[in-house]
Amino acid sequence: MAYSDKVLDHYQNPRNVGSLDKNAPDVGTGIVGAPECGDVMKLQIKVDDQGRIVDAKFKTYGCGSAIASSSLATEWLKGTTVDAAAQIKNTQIVEELSLPPVKIHCSVLAEDAIKAAIEDWRKKRSAQATPPEGHA
Amino acid sequence: MKTPIYLDYSATTPCDPRVVQRMLPFFADTFGNAASRSHAFGWTAEAAVEQARGEVAALIGAHPKEIIWTSGSTEANNLAIKGVAEMYRQKGNHLITAVTEHKAVLDPMKHLESQGFEVTWLPVDKLGHVDLDQLEAAITDRTILVSLMTANNEVGTLHPIHEIGALCKRKGTLFHSDATQAAGRFPLDVEAQHVDLLSLSAHKMYGPKGVGCLYVRRKNPRVRLVAQMDGGGHERGMRSGTLNVPGIVGMGEAARLAKAEMVRELPLLAALRDRLEARLLAALPDAVRNGDPAARLPHLANVSFPYVEGESLIMGIKELAVSSGSACTSASLEPSYVLKSLGLGDELAHSSIRFSLGRFTSEAEVDFATDRVVQEVKRLRSMSPLWEMVQEGIDLTQVRWTAH
Ligand SMILES: Cc1ncc(COP(=O)(O)O)c(C=O)c1O
Repeated sequence: MAYSDKVLDHYQNPRNVGSLDKNAPDVGTGIVGAPECGDVMKLQIKVDDQGRIVDAKFKTYGCGSAIASSSLATEWLKGTTVDAAAQIKNTQIVEELSLPPVKIHCSVLAEDAIKAAIEDWRKKRSAQATPPEGHA
Repeated sequence: MKTPIYLDYSATTPCDPRVVQRMLPFFADTFGNAASRSHAFGWTAEAAVEQARGEVAALIGAHPKEIIWTSGSTEANNLAIKGVAEMYRQKGNHLITAVTEHKAVLDPMKHLESQGFEVTWLPVDKLGHVDLDQLEAAITDRTILVSLMTANNEVGTLHPIHEIGALCKRKGTLFHSDATQAAGRFPLDVEAQHVDLLSLSAHKMYGPKGVGCLYVRRKNPRVRLVAQMDGGGHERGMRSGTLNVPGIVGMGEAARLAKAEMVRELPLLAALRDRLEARLLAALPDAVRNGDPAARLPHLANVSFPYVEGESLIMGIKELAVSSGSACTSASLEPSYVLKSLGLGDELAHSSIRFSLGRFTSEAEVDFATDRVVQEVKRLRSMSPLWEMVQEGIDLTQVRWTAH
């Protein structure tokens, strides 16, 4: 199979590989995919009080295109806001990495991982935003 | 070191230079048609073909007249399976094979099924063996053929063909074996092993591509076939078509070399293969060897690397020419049906690599290859969420994954 130069670059020099503390209140974690399907992505974001993503990390089990999709996603996430991140579409990833049709699911997975991470962070935040005193 | 390093001798072998030398004159100098009876060009070609026939027959303990030239093993398997089925249809319509056979056996069998024949597909255990009691129980008086490969092309497991052959003989059914992978790597003897039909391919034994043969027993019993290629009546009517003289000469020389060198070559191959496995397993103790660790071909190792995905691994070791457990048939990756029928889960099947060594593999190449694989598996594990979970003590089978 032929890979685009960008996929090869992300595969060989993946950006932002690693893990953030999944128990930290300002970290959102998304894990999507399944081992039997051949790809699992873990994507994490660290968000400041202004809703800005100050750090993003990933770990991916999957083909080169899956690794590249998640690596690219972390690049795009870092420095942007949660609201802007929620707008990222898999088609943008497909375009940027020139993914062939059989690899489109990798980009879908990356979009799902972003959404899952944001969702996790939002849940944590709303839990915090409800202080014990009871006033919202 | 010159890269990429070729570790895919089960896919095909380079021609041995001695084979090429033997073949060369038959392209332009002694170019005759072996079927030309009226002049010296034809006689020379025919003599060369007959010499090659003798050399191939000697490799498997057959009589030269029992060798039918074909374009390779795919054709030999088709001729054996369809040829027997059509010839013995009056006697019965039942054939037996196993789920781990090469497509060149499975697909002719499926074709026969669509023509109204009945096929029993024997399952295999986790080492790749059929249960001989189950085989015996499957044979009825309507059974006309049992086809079981000598050695499996993906994991290298050797079927006990002498026992299978004896069983078929006792039960009065014909026995075909696809020995494509075994030729030159395992001693073949159609008499001692009671084989009635045997397929060979030159390009898996340091001969050229596009030539092979089918051994067809002439005595005890005499096996008859319906030809699958009609025409000029070559090969005693069993396979028409002008013979590929240079290819056949090459196959003959390859067979002669295989017979002459096997005693020396097999232990060397096994030692290299053992070295490769030992180095991988020492560095990656959770790597999994697939196939039968005892009854197997000497040159092949099939290993799964849990927690890394196969395609990304292959992508990372581009200095190595190896096969992955995912058959890249279309653009999408399907885990190998052979590994799955050995009971491997999709995940392990996806992450497996077949290393197959050969006559020109060096120890230095094996060391380089294992170092690269270990390095790449470790790199991919450092980016694998599965590996991280396992390090945290999480049981992956208990995780609720979001299937997609
Ligand atoms: C076990 C087995 N049978 C048959 C074949 C097909 O042989 P050929 O390429 O000569 O048609 C192969 C090779 O791919 C093989 O490994």
